[in-house]
Amino acid sequence: MKALRKYVDSVKPNFQEGGKFSWLRSTFGAFETFLFTPNEVNKGGVHVRDAVDLKRTIIVVVLALIPALLMGMYNTGYQHFRALGQAAEFGDMFLYGFLQVLPMLIVSYVVGLGIEFAVAQMRGHEVNEGFLATGMLIPLIMPADVPLWMVGLATAFAVILAKEVFGGTGMNIWNPALIARAFLFFAYPSKMSGDSVWYGAEKAVDGFSGATALSNANATGATGFDFMDCVYGLIPGSIGETSVIAIAIGAVLMLCTGVASAKTMISVFVGGALTAYLFNIGGATGMGSLCWCEHLVIGGFCFGAVFMATDPVTSPRTECGKYIYGFLIGAMAIIIRVLNPGYPEGMMLAILLMNTFAPLIDSIIVGRNISRRKNRVKQQAK
Amino acid sequence: MSEVIKLKRGLDIRLAGKSETIYTQVAPSEQFAICPADFKGLTPKMVAKVGDKVNAGDVLFVDKQHPEVLFVSPVSGELAAVNRGERRVILEVVVKADGVATTRDFGKEDVKSLSRDQVINKLLKTGAWTYFKQRPYNVVADPWGPIRSIFVSTFDTAPLAPDFDFIIAGNEANFQAGLDVLAKVAPTFVGVRSESANNAFAQAKGVTVTSFAGKHPAGCVGVQINHVQPINAGEKVLTIGVQEVVAIGKLFSTGVMDFARVAVVCGSEVKKPTYVRTTLGSQLTNILKDNIASDNVRVISGNVLTGTQVESNGYLRYYDSQVTVIPEGNEYEFLGWAMPGLNKFSNHKTFLSWLTGSKTYKLDTNMHGEHRAFVVSGELDAVLPMDIYPEFLFKAIMAQDIDKMIELGIYEVVEEDIALCEFVCTSKLNLQKILRNGLDLMAKEVG
Repeated sequence: MKALRKYVDSVKPNFQEGGKFSWLRSTFGAFETFLFTPNEVNKGGVHVRDAVDLKRTIIVVVLALIPALLMGMYNTGYQHFRALGQAAEFGDMFLYGFLQVLPMLIVSYVVGLGIEFAVAQMRGHEVNEGFLATGMLIPLIMPADVPLWMVGLATAFAVILAKEVFGGTGMNIWNPALIARAFLFFAYPSKMSGDSVWYGAEKAVDGFSGATALSNANATGATGFDFMDCVYGLIPGSIGETSVIAIAIGAVLMLCTGVASAKTMISVFVGGALTAYLFNIGGATGMGSLCWCEHLVIGGFCFGAVFMATDPVTSPRTECGKYIYGFLIGAMAIIIRVLNPGYPEGMMLAILLMNTFAPLIDSIIVGRNISRRKNRVKQQAK
Repeated sequence: MSEVIKLKRGLDIRLAGKSETIYTQVAPSEQFAICPADFKGLTPKMVAKVGDKVNAGDVLFVDKQHPEVLFVSPVSGELAAVNRGERRVILEVVVKADGVATTRDFGKEDVKSLSRDQVINKLLKTGAWTYFKQRPYNVVADPWGPIRSIFVSTFDTAPLAPDFDFIIAGNEANFQAGLDVLAKVAPTFVGVRSESANNAFAQAKGVTVTSFAGKHPAGCVGVQINHVQPINAGEKVLTIGVQEVVAIGKLFSTGVMDFARVAVVCGSEVKKPTYVRTTLGSQLTNILKDNIASDNVRVISGNVLTGTQVESNGYLRYYDSQVTVIPEGNEYEFLGWAMPGLNKFSNHKTFLSWLTGSKTYKLDTNMHGEHRAFVVSGELDAVLPMDIYPEFLFKAIMAQDIDKMIELGIYEVVEEDIALCEFVCTSKLNLQKILRNGLDLMAKEVG
């Protein structure tokens, strides 16, 4: 590794102030710090620091997404051959899905990182690592058949308007990946939902329905799928969202490493289950009659609860606030599913809505701390 | 003793290089220095001139705003140099010892027969007043006006910190005498470690004793104040260290200022960690002589969280009783973010080292990352056992919103209380510096 370090040191001056490529300073810095943790030492404050940094944290999130990604690839192939009415080997199914999903992943990363690098360069900042997770999340919450240009457009929209205009990683109000999905959802609704967007429906055999569990439930009050298939993830849906097991592996990794907040995650499930249960006992029909446990395993509920709701930047920053936030996301997702016939899926909108209210939740909790302090002064004055 | 206040939040950084409770003899230093930077908000005004003969206890410089606050020489000798930095700021006032211990006698006095003003005047006259730090702002105490209370923490939970139970041995009576003096100035509170074996602390008389248990920063006096009697706007609270209390006790019982201090020399780069008997402001050369294991090291007066970086021929800073030597971390690490991290200390569980139990770590000064905006939430709260939302406070300071700072409790914290927040911060923000900027702004705008 010494040789590599030497090489990096030898080309470094070109990228620094006054060098030939100084306009690529941020880009060089991003690659350099990716290869080598910087040699920068603490000055002025603490002399030692925790070994963790944002790269480490984000990498754990990316790792946690891998099971959902792999399962999504397999399921894409599985659904494809099911639609065509053909039998296929495991390898063929995975390969088909792999070739379908990989370009989306590449487009998302190239477009997103391209914008991140350009913006960092313009501002003279370092490139933030936040997009490494976002870039993975964006394809995972899209249907596998979505055109690549739409992936690129949505990514660009999300990175520029949901993130960089606010100041980059750590400053955004809404989860950028969900903004990407919401953008396509409202701009190109026919490509994002309905029965025909999944897995090459135009070539499908007669009698095949591409309907998702959610749209079935919306129409008939039943998912139309075996419960265990929903858990394994062998149902139509966005790439990463279908397999509860794959998502659970990611959840365990993120909770064990403390990267995601267990408070938020559990509260989402509690909120969702309780609300669905209330609809059940209230005698609601249609989507409302769906058992609470089915609600939790279909659509984007699990994926949203594990990977989207727990985004620390767009969640409340207070520990107590996380319970309220999570609970309301779960409750809101089910309410939108049941009461809004136009949108069979409520998770995306529920999380974006609660992202908006996260600062308000914090403000109330911190406000209680402030009034405690004021009361203390009053009591002493007495 | 009353109940124990158990603090759940906090973190003990398990550094290698802890000293056994033993003393090692070291040759006395030849040079001593008082560094005005140790006193926040101080503008020093020199009184003695370079070349002047001084006795131990003679004035070197005074506080320009409060000329009655004297900073005195810890040894007798000659004022050798006034080292200045940028814009002629005084960095060090160096006294070369003459080896003859001529000390000024201020007269024995029974504190019971003195009035509060007489006590304060004596503390001012002898230079002992500078042992107090004032909250809010952690500045040299203003002697005039009401003082709500005085707090003494009798234990230090910082990494490799000295054990005051050990240091105090033999000086128990002087400690109590010192507390009697403090109690004359203002109601005094003593924080003790719940498992402290030393009766001088737990059974201190004339003061309110509170017992604490928990990880660092349980020993930080600010945390103790927050749990006993939080500081409100407009109140003034003084804090003072154990050895300084002993010195004040000796001053009143013998009439002579005692500048002797015990310091612990520790850290992974110290060959033989040990306690040494030394003097306030002592040069470190003799203390560290033949005791440093390698060249690429950082010498810190104080602990690794709040201490001051000094040269190996630098000086023991005013309020410190610890010298830590750790490796300098100015090296690159290949794919540092991707390794399993069994040998890395972290309060976050993304490194597998959390599975390896309670081994100690040789930490270096590397930042392990770059500055970022706040992203990870909850990590700062987890190491601050106070009823304060640190992240919101820091954001208020960054926005220079004075009203918000007051509402969020800036009066209750100083740098050492939140040093652990800076340690665990994933975004590598300089939180102590941010807080200092906030405190300075407050001192300027609110006073």
